[in-house]
Amino acid sequence: MKEGEERMDKIIDIQHLNKSYGSHEVLRDINFSVNKGEVVTIIGSSGSGKSTLLRCINLLEKANGGQILYHGENILDNKHDVANYRKHLGMVFQQFNLFNNHNVLKNCVVGQVKVLKRSKAEAEKVAMNYLKVVGMDQYINAMPKQLSGGQKQRVAIARALSMEPDVMLFDEPTSALDPEMVGEVLKVMKDLASSGLTMIIVTHEMEFAREVSDRVVFMDKGLIAEEGSSEQIFQHPTQERTREFLKRTLK
Amino acid sequence: MSLEWIIKIIAENWPMFLRGAGLTLLIALIGTIIGAVIGLIAGVIRTIPTPERGAKRILLKVINIILSIYIEFFRGTPMIVQAMVIYYGSALAFGIDMNVFAAAIIVVSINTGAYMAEIVRGGIVSVDKGQFEAAHAIGMNHVQTMWNVVLPQVIRNILPATGNQFVINIKDTSVLNVISVTELYFVTKSISGNNFRYFESFFVACLIYFVMTFIVTRILLYMEKKLDGSDNYTLIGNELNEKKLSK
Repeated sequence: MKEGEERMDKIIDIQHLNKSYGSHEVLRDINFSVNKGEVVTIIGSSGSGKSTLLRCINLLEKANGGQILYHGENILDNKHDVANYRKHLGMVFQQFNLFNNHNVLKNCVVGQVKVLKRSKAEAEKVAMNYLKVVGMDQYINAMPKQLSGGQKQRVAIARALSMEPDVMLFDEPTSALDPEMVGEVLKVMKDLASSGLTMIIVTHEMEFAREVSDRVVFMDKGLIAEEGSSEQIFQHPTQERTREFLKRTLK
Repeated sequence: MSLEWIIKIIAENWPMFLRGAGLTLLIALIGTIIGAVIGLIAGVIRTIPTPERGAKRILLKVINIILSIYIEFFRGTPMIVQAMVIYYGSALAFGIDMNVFAAAIIVVSINTGAYMAEIVRGGIVSVDKGQFEAAHAIGMNHVQTMWNVVLPQVIRNILPATGNQFVINIKDTSVLNVISVTELYFVTKSISGNNFRYFESFFVACLIYFVMTFIVTRILLYMEKKLDGSDNYTLIGNELNEKKLSK
């Protein structure tokens, strides 16, 4: 754990966040914050609200109540410029969601050019740099349909990194992959975690979470049930439901 | 003998047939292109997510209602009647003596636009939700998302339906003879009116229509294949890459 970082800037600070679909409450009074350079993993069983929380953070889902403060500004405020806020967040999806009409390089370039207004040459340079980081720089001419799941996900990570976001959000990035491809994606993410990037990761990969997390958040039935350092949660969980969940998922 | 008559009719009237066929193709082509553009615009407008409040919401609702009326009306009435209403109606209502060619283009375009609007809407709806989410997540607005990500995929997906529409238009321009557009059917009617050989004359027209639609269909299939691209890709060596990028 990095001591002395407690007083660092909270990049994202969520207060009393609620989300419901009709009468079904998915998130209940969520309070949660992320500091600069921190790697936070969110674990919990299916349907506990982990992905919904992540999607609320970049407004793919609209929260019903509460606040999301980004550098102190409430982005749920109606006047807030959604597109402008989103460009500071990178998102990696479970289903990759590469742009099907663009090749690998263009996938990483189009956002930079259209949203960040970078020149094409500069954007390509940045994209190549991150494609190298994920080991996909040889595939710049390939179309998404020609790639394996693991390759697609690595390109998706490079696409998000190319926007040089403040925070990277990962929504179960390995859940849709064949088992033998999980490793290559996790390896990339481990490298990123040790590079000082701020990351929020929703995952079912417990070993991975234990290894990379500065902080682990355990969610259950729409609530944050327990939160603490990797060691606290995995070695000495205080809550009964955390213990039960870990017993089920860790062999 | 019929065959002799067919040859004789072609030999004597081929310039007229050719001009008629040319006009048919021209009206169908321009009409389909303008119709496709109308359809794209209407389709994009109809898939804008409704804002939650404010003047924009009301404006969007009004535009959507107008578009619905347009689509329902032009899909629900025959083109032959639309041609009469627009050609004679414009003269009556606005005192415009419309050029028949312009009237023909307008009728085919707005008729095609009504069908294409629904085809495009279907094409947009069928694009994976993840594509929109990924585009929004990197900060693109609705127009940027549509233009850079969704529409290129929609256009590929609606190409078969657009080709269909083009083929239909080649055939359906024949109804424009009611407003005296000198397309293939109109030309054939005057030729047969002179020689009284109705079967032979229209048989020739039949062949010309078929050849036109057949060629158009083949061209569109070829275009589809081209758009799908090759199944192969080349791996790029690092040195090569840097050269390419440094240009």
